[in-house]
Amino acid sequence: MHYLKSFLLFWYDFVVGDDWMIAVGVVAALIIVALLVQQGIQAWWLMPLAVIAMLAASLWRVARTAH
Amino acid sequence: MTTSAIILVLATFLASAVEAVEALTVVLAMGVTRGWRSPLIGAAAATLALAVIIALFGPALMLIPINVLRVVVGTLLLIFGLQWLRKAILRASGFKAQRNEAALYEAEIEEARAAEKTIRAGMDWYAFTLSFKGVFLEGLEVAFIVLTFGTNQGNIPLAALGAGLALALVAIIGALVHRPLSNVPENTMKFAVGLMLSTFGIFWSIEGLGIEWPGEDLAILGILGFLALVSFGFVALLRRMHQQQVRMTHPATVTGE
Repeated sequence: MHYLKSFLLFWYDFVVGDDWMIAVGVVAALIIVALLVQQGIQAWWLMPLAVIAMLAASLWRVARTAH
Repeated sequence: MTTSAIILVLATFLASAVEAVEALTVVLAMGVTRGWRSPLIGAAAATLALAVIIALFGPALMLIPINVLRVVVGTLLLIFGLQWLRKAILRASGFKAQRNEAALYEAEIEEARAAEKTIRAGMDWYAFTLSFKGVFLEGLEVAFIVLTFGTNQGNIPLAALGAGLALALVAIIGALVHRPLSNVPENTMKFAVGLMLSTFGIFWSIEGLGIEWPGEDLAILGILGFLALVSFGFVALLRRMHQQQVRMTHPATVTGE
């Protein structure tokens, strides 16, 4: 059990890293794009904007709490 | 060579170079303090293990339908790439300390000297293990990039070529200069890799959902330029915030009193 936990934690840290909100945000943005595509909307512009918004929020969280 | 193929080689080359520089610091420290045989065998074993991972997972990933692969791998690449980019922006703006290869090398040397030297089966296992771990863990990120980029482009050998060239270059320079490569602009390289990984992550993840990018492959350059421009803006903004924070917490230092 200990090894499994360590293994999963390693991969979590490897892919997701310090800010899990980015991962959640990316998946949420993808779901929205998928829904728009189903409606026939080519929302290619959404993902770059969403990524910038997530990055800005993540950086802001660090900057705000740093001393 | 297409735009995406050029960026593919460039991204794997830069990612591999920056990780190889970090791994080299560990191998050099072990070699200088405890002899070269065990750390070199450790580094070779780790490189072999990484090659086996790429050889095993590469063909398996190729069996997945291309659109599923693009969504899954593109998403992973985007999350992974944003991590690199985020850290690079924080380092460039002063919110995170820059990696100092020379200081890390000194620390590794001190630890290696203090550690007990026990030879079993002709091997110094401390040197072997640290060297293996250093190369394997740094290389795992490169293997991930080679696999994700390579499978999505349908060209793992080209992705591996970029990584292999960088590895060879760093190994040759390391062997010649015999000290950590602290002059390599690591953060700038990480910044570039983060931008490229995020760009391809955005491009592939939603292409797999059925999005048709305006300009097709050329859209990659557009996304890259857009991300780069905004990221430089973030660095400038955060740098100013960091300076303000330093001024508020240490007013005497800044005013020179």
